[in-house]
Amino acid sequence: MKLKYIIALIVIAVAVTVIISTAGDASSYVTFQEAHTLAERGKAAKIHVVGQLKKDEQGEVIGVEPSEDKLSVSFVMVDQNNQEQQVYYNEPMPADLLRSEQVVVIGSYRNEHFVADEVLLKCPSKYQEQEIS
Amino acid sequence: MINTLIGNLGHFFVISSFVASLVAAYAYITSTLQTDTVKAQSWRNFARTAFYVHGGLVFGVVASLFFIIYNHLFEYHYAWSHSSLSLPVYYMISCFWEGQEGSFLLWIFWHVILGFVLIRTNRQSGWEAPVMAVFALVQAFLASMILGTVIPGIELKVGSSPFLLLRDVMTDAPVFAMNPDFQPEDGTGLNPLLQNYWMVIHPPTLFLGFATTLVPFAFCIAGIWRRKYESWIKPALPWAIFSAAVLGLGIMMGAYWAYETLNFGGYWNWDPVENAVYIPWLVLVASIHTLIIFKNNGTALKTSIVLVITTFVLILYSTFLTRSGILGNASVHSFTDLGLSGQLLIYLLFFTVAAIVLSAIRWKEIPTSEKEASAYSREFWIFIGATVLCLMSFQVLVPTSIPVYNAIVEAFGGVSNVAPPADQIEFYTKFQLWFAIAIALLSGTGQFFFWRKMDPEKLKNELSIPLILTLIISAIAILAGQVTNPVYILLLTVSIYSIIANGKILLRFGKTNFQLAGGSISHIGIAMIFLGILFSAGYSKVVSVNESGLLIFKDDPANENLENTLLWINEPRKMGEYELIYKGQRVDARDVPVYVDKKILRPTETPFLVVATEDFAYEGTSYFAKGDTVQIHPENTYHEIQYTNRETGKQFTLYPRSQVNPNMGLIASPDIRRTAFKDLYTHVSAIPPEAEEKEWSEMEEMDVKMGEQFFANDYVAQLTQIERVDAVEGVELQEGDLAVKAHIQVMGGDTEYLLQPIYLIRDRMVGRVPDTSQELGLRLTLLNILPEQNSFVLGVETTQKEYIVLKAIEKPFINVLWIGTLLLMFGFGVATYRRYQDYHKPAGRKETVQSRPQKPKNKPVSV
Repeated sequence: MKLKYIIALIVIAVAVTVIISTAGDASSYVTFQEAHTLAERGKAAKIHVVGQLKKDEQGEVIGVEPSEDKLSVSFVMVDQNNQEQQVYYNEPMPADLLRSEQVVVIGSYRNEHFVADEVLLKCPSKYQEQEIS
Repeated sequence: MINTLIGNLGHFFVISSFVASLVAAYAYITSTLQTDTVKAQSWRNFARTAFYVHGGLVFGVVASLFFIIYNHLFEYHYAWSHSSLSLPVYYMISCFWEGQEGSFLLWIFWHVILGFVLIRTNRQSGWEAPVMAVFALVQAFLASMILGTVIPGIELKVGSSPFLLLRDVMTDAPVFAMNPDFQPEDGTGLNPLLQNYWMVIHPPTLFLGFATTLVPFAFCIAGIWRRKYESWIKPALPWAIFSAAVLGLGIMMGAYWAYETLNFGGYWNWDPVENAVYIPWLVLVASIHTLIIFKNNGTALKTSIVLVITTFVLILYSTFLTRSGILGNASVHSFTDLGLSGQLLIYLLFFTVAAIVLSAIRWKEIPTSEKEASAYSREFWIFIGATVLCLMSFQVLVPTSIPVYNAIVEAFGGVSNVAPPADQIEFYTKFQLWFAIAIALLSGTGQFFFWRKMDPEKLKNELSIPLILTLIISAIAILAGQVTNPVYILLLTVSIYSIIANGKILLRFGKTNFQLAGGSISHIGIAMIFLGILFSAGYSKVVSVNESGLLIFKDDPANENLENTLLWINEPRKMGEYELIYKGQRVDARDVPVYVDKKILRPTETPFLVVATEDFAYEGTSYFAKGDTVQIHPENTYHEIQYTNRETGKQFTLYPRSQVNPNMGLIASPDIRRTAFKDLYTHVSAIPPEAEEKEWSEMEEMDVKMGEQFFANDYVAQLTQIERVDAVEGVELQEGDLAVKAHIQVMGGDTEYLLQPIYLIRDRMVGRVPDTSQELGLRLTLLNILPEQNSFVLGVETTQKEYIVLKAIEKPFINVLWIGTLLLMFGFGVATYRRYQDYHKPAGRKETVQSRPQKPKNKPVSV
């Protein structure tokens, strides 16, 4: 009998740990404003920001600058509150960056720079994109 | 003319197979509920016929869809969006499962096959009616997903049909307004990532795995329904093990495909789509263990029922996750949303609720044994192992479901912005590592509680030799591998312990009865998988670390993590222990055993046909001559990189692949240098834009004399020869024309290039044919000939020379992972065979000691 309950207790303890740790490690979707506030408060946790690349009046993407040695890229992103932010990404420019209709950056502010560790691109799906010729 | 017949036929097959499955379900249920044997039998015979008809109609659906793809009927949306004229036949099969409708079809197809097998093998057993009732119901739900019918009156669309005409999907396209019978000439093609032989065999395996989880579930439900609470386990157990083998194989094939084809640097990424299969697999394996406990001493029956049902429900849940579009941003490769989420949710809830209600009603009737658990019984340790597997699964389930929590909160009007953990690999690893340690420890120790009940004294005797061996081997491995992380040391040690302990058991069985060895072989496989993952992932090393010293943000510490290296063509660069030289772009020509240099092939208007500008021979065999038309695979470019070991001087060449896809941008596939102890994994992470998109500088004029050296795009160049030519490609020379060709040697790193611009005079008019080297980013034009000064005027235009950005990762001992996988599958196979024999020849074989269920149950489990 005792063994049974000890095991049940351990199982519950592990399950609770899993849930708490997931809640603790889960990231969140925020705006640049909120991300900046978080960083100022000393919380270095990585967050997700959803937005688009900055475009001029003609709809051309502007502000994308691959580095001289092509090993990294910086771009200007507009979040859902229309706030602009330059984002640094320490990987070569993703080939479909310019075509993306939505960008999700995962990263954080470091010394007033927003550094993305990961960039997820949502490109127009082939169903919308393709015209029949 | 549009072929509407085949589509209508296919759609008719879909609808009638749906109806047939409903009829079969109704008849099987009625047969199960009949108390009169004769009536029950006649209903069962009728149901069986209905299921056969259903199966036949499903084959008809598959045949119709294949007919459409095979005959390039691009008036159909499915063929147009998933296939193309140049697609080889073996990839046409992959078209089936690129689309969501086709993958449902594949799943339905496997259920039909499994249903046929079950009907055949259970004719006499009395299981057919209730088991096949569950099968037929599931088939009805799945068939409804591809029904594509609008219910009149309430305008509710049920399912998405694969037989839609393009004009019915693209109702807005102007071309159909002008000509409703318009047929596109070519399809848009198969996603290039799927044009890989793994994608021909991986989805069928995975879906067979999905489909087989239905069998133990159906037996379990049938058992509860017919109040045969215990006897369902015998027929269900071999199927559960078979299912774990196939599903596990499917998962690992996916991992291997990802490793070989995708460029995210590994075989497992903790993407929700991957997790969605991993979660039910773990529970399935746990259920196998509790089923074995039950067979051995009659306990853990209720736990087994719960786990078998949970496995199937989790399969439905994972279907819902990956196909309803709920994952949204969380996953990079879930299916496109077809608006089926409501239908999928009903499917999930129906079987979840039905199974829970049924077992709740009968719960009190299910026999339990109130026996005390003993820490010295084998069953106790197996049970703990199953518990760990369930916790392992739970730990992945909780974060994978984050998008679902958001959806639920938002459905109730709240706002939820929880995102998955930012560093998924680190997050999952910190838990899964400990679970792995527990599993290795348990699977090693559990085996020693084999024949008899154990006591501390015997255990000590049994364990001492394996323990000593483990310590010695682990110590050597830790020192040799320079493992310093304490958790890694722990995992390494327990994995080696598990291999040795199970190896000892295996030696015992190898002599007596090999059929019993399934368990120990599987456990050795699992321990090897742990070791393989530990080294290949824990000690994977980026070798392409940027050593150029260039800092990108000079005012910022963020220039860590520069894990890529830029390689200019023909310029050697140090990388780790190697020196690398990028040699240029290559293509794969049909019927040529090696890759061919792109610069000796001139493109034509047809992408897959090119014209050779030089003869090409390899190892003494000539493959094509100058001027020949050569067939190539135009979508793939291979980048030849020569590696030289700086210490040993040994050389090898890798050809990582790139595809430029209008829809997906750059798709890079790695090339892997495989050696026994480590893989060198190399892929390109950026390439220059296509030739047409390059920007050229303004032309610079230069006076050069014969033999004089000059600089062009930073390369040393020299005019070596001027000759009169009698033929110029693309121009018909006439009487009195004068054509002159200049030979200009350019030293491009360690390779010499020859550019030959042409100068043509006809009736005092001058024509100039420039020569371009894409690799050097150089275009030379012979502008003028000045006989008085004895010099020549060259026009020099430049652009970016050829380069690639490369990432290279070293993965030690990854082969241990693949070998472990094969062993695991083999172990499952042996166990399946044994349990199947158990079911079908219960009396014909002498019961072995291990599976003797009637032995005095001294201290069995009742946890």
